[in-house]
Amino acid sequence: MKQLLILSGKGGTGKTTIASAFIKLAEAKAYADCDVDAPNLHLISGWNEHPIRKDYYGLQKAKIDERLCIYCGQCQENCRFEAITYNDKYEINPYACEGCSVCEFVCPTKAITMMPDIAGELMLYSDKEKVFSTAQLKMGSGNSGLLVTEVKKQMKSETKGGEVAIIDGSPGIGCPVIASLSGVDMVLIVAEPTVSGISDMERIIKTASGFNTRIAVCINKYDINVENSNKIEELCKKQSLDFVGKIPFDSQVAKILNSGRTIIDVDCISRSAVKEVYRKTINILFE
Amino acid sequence: MKIAILSGKGGTGKTLVSVNLAAVSEKATYIDCDVEEANGHLFFKPQWVQEESIAVKIPEVDEGLCDGCRKCVDFCKFNALAYILNKLKIFEEICHSCGGCLLVCPQKALTEKDKVIGIIKKGISNNVTIYSGLLNTGEPSGVPIINRLLSKNHLLENKLTIIDCPPGSACVVMESIKDADYCILVAEPTLFGVHNLNMVYQLVKLFEKPFGVVLNKCTEDDNPAEKFCYENNIKILGKIPFDSKLGTLNSNGEIIVNIDEKYKEIFSSLLDTVIKEVRYETVANP
Repeated sequence: MKQLLILSGKGGTGKTTIASAFIKLAEAKAYADCDVDAPNLHLISGWNEHPIRKDYYGLQKAKIDERLCIYCGQCQENCRFEAITYNDKYEINPYACEGCSVCEFVCPTKAITMMPDIAGELMLYSDKEKVFSTAQLKMGSGNSGLLVTEVKKQMKSETKGGEVAIIDGSPGIGCPVIASLSGVDMVLIVAEPTVSGISDMERIIKTASGFNTRIAVCINKYDINVENSNKIEELCKKQSLDFVGKIPFDSQVAKILNSGRTIIDVDCISRSAVKEVYRKTINILFE
Repeated sequence: MKIAILSGKGGTGKTLVSVNLAAVSEKATYIDCDVEEANGHLFFKPQWVQEESIAVKIPEVDEGLCDGCRKCVDFCKFNALAYILNKLKIFEEICHSCGGCLLVCPQKALTEKDKVIGIIKKGISNNVTIYSGLLNTGEPSGVPIINRLLSKNHLLENKLTIIDCPPGSACVVMESIKDADYCILVAEPTLFGVHNLNMVYQLVKLFEKPFGVVLNKCTEDDNPAEKFCYENNIKILGKIPFDSKLGTLNSNGEIIVNIDEKYKEIFSSLLDTVIKEVRYETVANP
C-alpha cells in the first residue's frame, strides 16, 4: 500500500478539500487525518456510524502530595518549564508540565509522583472494506507528534488492503508535520498563490526534503493571483519538483463542503481540475 | 493592552486582522507568534533593526567519563538518548532540554551546549514595531521562541500589542495567549471553520480570557459561524466581507487599510470596539 500525504505549510489552502476529493477518486480503502490539532476530514467523510474511541495517553504528568511536601523548593528550582508555582503551597501547572519527571527525581521526600494523563482521543471508523483513522488532541496539549504517529499506526494495523492510503496533514512545519512525514511514499503540497502561501510553501518543501520522499506541488485557487501562480510553477521547475496542476477558485466549494459532501460529489468547476491533479499525482506515486 | 488573534483553523484571516489592526492604530507592537510560518513581515516589509538567535540546551557527553551505566537512557522520558555500540547517542531533535540526564549521571559525564533553533527579528514599519519569530526547518517545537517573543520588555514598548497566533489549539497557541488581555477569534463561514472555532472558543473559556469573534469572508449566504455565535451568546466584534479586491491585495502582501478607505473604517471601528471591550473587562473583572 502506497501512502500519499497532503501538506501545505500555510493553513486554509485546501488540504482537506483535496484530500477528501482524492479519497473519493481513489476509492481509498485506508485514510487518515493527521491534523490532530484541528481535524476536519471526519466532517465530510460520509461515515454515519460512530467511531470506536480510545483514550490517548500522552506523557505522564507530575502530581504533588501536599502532606509529604517539606517546601524545600527543589522541584521548582529544577523545573525547566516553569510548571511549578508557589502560592502558599507548591503546585503543578498541568499545561506547562512536559512530563520529564525531573521534579520527581529531585524531591527528597518522594512527595511527587508521575500520573497517567489523557492527552487526546484516537478514533477509528471502519466497515468491511475501509478504515478511517483520526484523532483529536486535548486543548493546550503538547506532543501532538506522538498522537500523529498513533493515527498512522492505527490506519496501518486496521487496514483491509487497497493500493493507496490518503493522509491529510496539518499546517505548519513543526512536530505533527514531521511525525506525519516519516514513512510516507509521496507528499503532495497544496500551494496558494499569495505572498504568505509562497513563503510557507518554500518552508514546507525544505522540511519535507529532509525525508527522502517524492514531493509534488499543485496550486489551489490559482486564478486569484495568476502572477503568483506563475512564480510557484517556476519555483517548482527550479527545484525539479513535480508540478501536478492548478485548480481554479470556485465559489461553490464552501457550499458543497458545508453540506458535508466532497467536490467530487457535485458538478462544479473545480471538479475536473482536481481530477486531473489526482491523475498526475497517482501516476507519479506508482512510477 | 495585549490582544491575541487566533482561529483554530488555518487560513481564516488571523494575519489579515492582526496586521490591519496594528496598521490602523496610532502606534502598536505586532508580534508574530506563528513561528512555523511567520507571514506578518511580508505585509509590513519592515526595516530590520535587530536580530537574536534563540537556542535551547542540549546535552553533550564526555566519552572519557561515560561508563555506559545507561541511567540517563532509562531516565529520559522522551527517548532522546540511546546507548548503541558502546557509545551514548543523543537525538537532539527529540530532546526537550529538561536537564534530567545531567542530574542522574553518576559520572558527571554530561554537560549542556546551546543549540540554535531559530531567530527573532525586530523591525520598524511606520507606526508599527514588529517582532517576528522564525523556527528553523526540521525543528519540532517553537515554544522557546514564542516564550522569548512574549518576554516582558517586548510587550512594554507600546500601549497596544497585537499577538498573531499559530493555528490550532495546542501548546503553542496556549503559550501565545497566556498573557493576553483579550482574544479575538477569527472565523470563516464554513463547516470546518465552525468546528475549529468551537475548539478555540473552548480554549479561551478554559483560560478565562475575555474574547469576541470577527466574522471574515462573509457572503450573502447563511453563515454557520455567525449562527454558532448566536447560539453560544458570543460577542461579534465585526464582519469583513468576502471581497475579491481584498483577496488580490492581500495575496500581493498589501496592507489594505493603507489603500482602501472602506477597510480603513472597518478596521478602525473594530479596533475601537476591541479597546472598549478590554476597558470594560478591566473594570468589570479586574
